[in-house]
Amino acid sequence: MPAHPLRGASAIVGLGITPQGKVYGPSALGFAVDAVRLALEDAGLSREDVDGLLVNPGLSWGDMGMGSFQLQQALGLRDLRLTATMNLGGATAAAMIAHAAQAIAAGVCRTVACVFSDAPLKPPSPATGDGGGTGAAYRFARGLEAAYGFFGVNAMYALVAKRHMHRYGTTQDHLGLVAVAQRRWANRNPAAQLHDKSLTLSDYHASRWIVEPFHLFDCCLVSNGGLAVIVTATDRARGLRKPPVYVWGMGQGHLGGDPADSLASGAVLAKETAFPMAGVGVADFDVVELYDCYTFTVLVTLEDYGFCSKGEGGPFVAERVRGPGEGLPVNTGGGQLSSFYMWGMTPISEAVIQLRGEGGERQVPRHDLALVSGNGGVLSTHATLVLSRLPA
Amino acid sequence: MTAPAKPAPEITPEMTPFFEAARRHELVVQRCTACGALRFPARAACNRCMSRDVEWVPVAGRGTIFSVAVMHQANHPAFAAVLPYAVVVVELECGVRMISNVVDWPVAEVRIGAPVEVCFEERSPEVTLPVFRRASA
Repeated sequence: MPAHPLRGASAIVGLGITPQGKVYGPSALGFAVDAVRLALEDAGLSREDVDGLLVNPGLSWGDMGMGSFQLQQALGLRDLRLTATMNLGGATAAAMIAHAAQAIAAGVCRTVACVFSDAPLKPPSPATGDGGGTGAAYRFARGLEAAYGFFGVNAMYALVAKRHMHRYGTTQDHLGLVAVAQRRWANRNPAAQLHDKSLTLSDYHASRWIVEPFHLFDCCLVSNGGLAVIVTATDRARGLRKPPVYVWGMGQGHLGGDPADSLASGAVLAKETAFPMAGVGVADFDVVELYDCYTFTVLVTLEDYGFCSKGEGGPFVAERVRGPGEGLPVNTGGGQLSSFYMWGMTPISEAVIQLRGEGGERQVPRHDLALVSGNGGVLSTHATLVLSRLPA
Repeated sequence: MTAPAKPAPEITPEMTPFFEAARRHELVVQRCTACGALRFPARAACNRCMSRDVEWVPVAGRGTIFSVAVMHQANHPAFAAVLPYAVVVVELECGVRMISNVVDWPVAEVRIGAPVEVCFEERSPEVTLPVFRRASA
C-alpha cells in the first residue's frame, strides 16, 4: 500500500512558549504576539516566511471578531495565503496543526503559525485579598441549570466521571494516581507551574473537593500565556535551527449524543484516520501526550486509543501510568494538571520537546514516535496527531 | 441581612410552557409531533428526525438518579449556605433526562439508580422549579 500523501509532508519547526500561569500584564493578543515571536526565533525563521496564520482564541479573547485577522495586524504579517480563527475547544490545537499540514501538502501555503493564547487570570486585588488565583472568567451561569446550582465544566465532567465509576468500577484512587504520576513528571519540568510541589496519593485524597468526584488535583490549572507552533513543508524544514518534528498522521472524531451514555471520547474515531495514515499501531508510541482537562479525561482517552479495553482505564493507570522511569510515559511535562493550561497546545508542545530530545531531566530515553490528543467540550470534540522525529 | 436569592432562570419564549406547567405543579417535556420523540430542555429541532414541529406534553414525574455531582464550591453566593449540595441528572420513566436538585435527602446518600419522584419548589411568584425526592422502589 503506498504511503498516505500527508504522511511526513510537513513538520513542526518552531515552538514558542511564553511565561505561563499567574503572569499579569499582557492581554491575550499580547501573549499571542510574544508566542509567535518566540516560535519564529526557535525555528530560525522570520516573519516574512509566514504565509499562514491559524488562531484558537482563548476565553479572554471574548467577542473580538476575526481573531486571526486581529493577530495578523498585531504581528504586521503581510500577504498571507491561509488564515482562520478556529474553535473546537481543547481539540483546536491539534486540528490547527492538521489544517496547516493539509494546506501545506495541497500547495495552498508553505509556512503556518498556529497560535493559542489566553489571559483569564486577573492580578490579586488588595480589596478582596485573593482573587488572583481564581478562574473567574471560566465561571458562567446557564439559565435553568444555574437555578439548580449547576455551574461550569467541572460539574458537567463530574456527572460523566460518576457514570464511569458506576459502570466500570473506576475508583477515586484511579483518578488520584493520574494526578500523582503527572505531578512526578512536573517535578522534573522547571517550566511547570507546580514544579516545586510534590503530590502523594494521600495529599490528593486530603485536597479539597471541587465537585465530587473531583478533588482540586483532578482539575487542570488555569493559565495566562501564549503558545505558538510553526508548521512548514518538509523540504523547507531541513536545515533550520531545530530538528524537525514530522507530522505523520492526523484525524478527528466528534461522537455527538450524550457523553454520559458513551463514556467515550472521539479518539475511537480519530485513531481510525490517524493511525493508518501514519502506518502505526497503539503499541508503537514512545511518548503519549493526552489532553487532560481532568484526570478522568486521561483515563478515558487511554481506553479509547486502545491502550487497554473499554472500562479498564482505572486498573491500567494504576499499573502502567506511574510517572518518570516506569511504564508508559504519559503527559511527561506534567500536563495541564501540573504544568500549564494552554488548551490542546500543552500536549503538542510537550511532544515536540520530547521528540527533539530537549526534555532535560524528564527526557524519555526512546523518543521516536509520539501520540498527541486534543479534546474539547465534555468529550465533545477530539483531534489526534501522530508526530515523529524521523522523516516518513 | 437577607441571603442572596438563587439565580432566577431566564424564562425564554421556548421554555415558557415548561415554567407555566411547573407553576401548576405539572411536569412537561417537548414532544416531536412528527416522530413522537420526547426531549428536554427545549431544542430547535428533533435530533431524531430533524422536524421542528413540537408540542409540550405532561409526563410522569417518576424516575431514577442517572448521575450525581456534589458541588463543594459556591459559584453563586446564594449557594454558599447550602454547600455541599447535589446536582443530579434524573432519568424519567419516559426516558428523558433532566438536571435537577434533590430535597430531604442527605447528600452522601444520593446514589445512581435510586428511585425518585418529582416535587415542586416555589422560588418566586414567577418561578417554580421541579425538584426530586426519594421514592419507594
